[in-house]
Amino acid sequence: MSLLNTTSEQYPDIWHKHSTKELLTRYFWYLIVVFVAVWSVRHLDIPWFYFLDAHVQAADLGSRMFPPDWDYIDVIWDPLLETIHIATLGTLVTFFIAFPTAFLAARNTTPNTIAWLIGKFILVSTRSVNTVVWALLFVAIFGPGPIAGIWAVAFRSVGFVGKLIAEAIEEIDVGPVEAIEATGASRLQVLLYGVLPQVLPVVFGTMVYRWDINIRESTVLGFVGAGGIGIELYSSINQFAWSEVSLILGTVLIVVVFSEFISALVRSKVK
Amino acid sequence: MSNVHPTVWHRPSLIENPWLRYGLTALALAYLFLSIGSLEIDWERVSKGLPRAASIFERMFPPDFSRWDLLVRGMVESLEMAFAATFIGMFLAIPLGLCAASNLVPRPVYLVARSIIVLTRTFHEVIIAIFFVKIFGFGPLAGVLTLVVASVSFIAKMLAEDIENMGPGQVEAIKATGASFFKLLLYGVAPQILPRYLGVSIYRMDANIRHSTVVGIVGAGGIGQTLSATFSRYDYDFSITILACIIIIVFFGEIFSNWARGRLR
Repeated sequence: MSLLNTTSEQYPDIWHKHSTKELLTRYFWYLIVVFVAVWSVRHLDIPWFYFLDAHVQAADLGSRMFPPDWDYIDVIWDPLLETIHIATLGTLVTFFIAFPTAFLAARNTTPNTIAWLIGKFILVSTRSVNTVVWALLFVAIFGPGPIAGIWAVAFRSVGFVGKLIAEAIEEIDVGPVEAIEATGASRLQVLLYGVLPQVLPVVFGTMVYRWDINIRESTVLGFVGAGGIGIELYSSINQFAWSEVSLILGTVLIVVVFSEFISALVRSKVK
Repeated sequence: MSNVHPTVWHRPSLIENPWLRYGLTALALAYLFLSIGSLEIDWERVSKGLPRAASIFERMFPPDFSRWDLLVRGMVESLEMAFAATFIGMFLAIPLGLCAASNLVPRPVYLVARSIIVLTRTFHEVIIAIFFVKIFGFGPLAGVLTLVVASVSFIAKMLAEDIENMGPGQVEAIKATGASFFKLLLYGVAPQILPRYLGVSIYRMDANIRHSTVVGIVGAGGIGQTLSATFSRYDYDFSITILACIIIIVFFGEIFSNWARGRLR
């Protein structure tokens, strides 16, 4: 009888997924999340009464946007191509900066710790600043126009592309590298014949992937004067020419979806 | 003989077919010339870029730390926008994500949900922000709503993909007990996708912090508004302070996000 009692104490009838301690830490985190969220919303001082007529405003906007102004297509054709050019050329420039930087930022190819830190710093800082913010800076340097946009796209992408290439370099198989080293090859030859062939598919895939993100990013560069379709979009919105806006948004949708499709297609071929 | 066994070794190329390889290279070069030629570039202005960059760089130093209150207010607003938007987005994403999973809902519902996701994902945050600014006026409300839309679309897409890829065994087992659709979700679906859902939400918070720093450029609140103003007033010494702050905050956001997602597993 006593044996039976201890058993039922040690093995309770009801199954619980978590122990009491796990449960308490869990609730503790939930509490923190809810607290931060509620405090954020309260502190932002949101004017809730704006929501009262929001649906009327949105419906009004919607009705003004249709039908799109088809004749406007003649005006936006060139800016649309410019948007694609900015993304493509920007991604190309990225390659020349990100590729060497990735070798600095990868633990197994970096010459020394200082070079590694510099490489990491370049990757982190370029990635943390948004394309539009880079565009603000480059418009100040090069003046308004697509050149500022190309540099903005290039700088933002360096961190993204460089990080992924550096990770790929760190994960390479050491066998081929050691084999090339054993032939008495120089440092450069080891990189060229031992490391490069292993990371080339990743480099190519990452560039194409970033290109399709950059198409999306370069649609808004015009808002700060850095070229592309954004200029037309911003001026149409400011003139309340909503039938032009809907046409621009429609074309942007087509271009972005199409570029995403091409990027996915190319990446599936490379792998 | 030499054709069969070449005496010189060549590295294997990324594209094996030589015609395709040289064809693509030629196309790429042709594109390069055409695109650079068609861009409207004011070369005279661009050539002044380097000295201008030097002068801007000079004016950035020493960084201006005297306007602390402005900086802190903007940064805090950006962070609050990111937190609020992630929290709201997390919950709104659940119904959309469920509707976008092809193995849970009827085809028409699936198609509608998927097109909402594609449509909202296509447009850049800044474009969405400008619309909310037109509807709700300037201020953080437009920014929060922008980030909510972006978060819902992102989290819902990931959620739907996870649901589509989950093991069917548990769902069928729960179904076999005669459970209702709601109970099926609660006991068959939720346990399988909850860790990934939380992970994606934490990742999205990190992304929202980044984006909350730019939506201000079109007037949707946060530090972006202040940053944009410093550029138009040539206050470059204050710009560099703001940029450094953004880099630090984003960096810590990324570290926190990686740490928290690591703990979930």
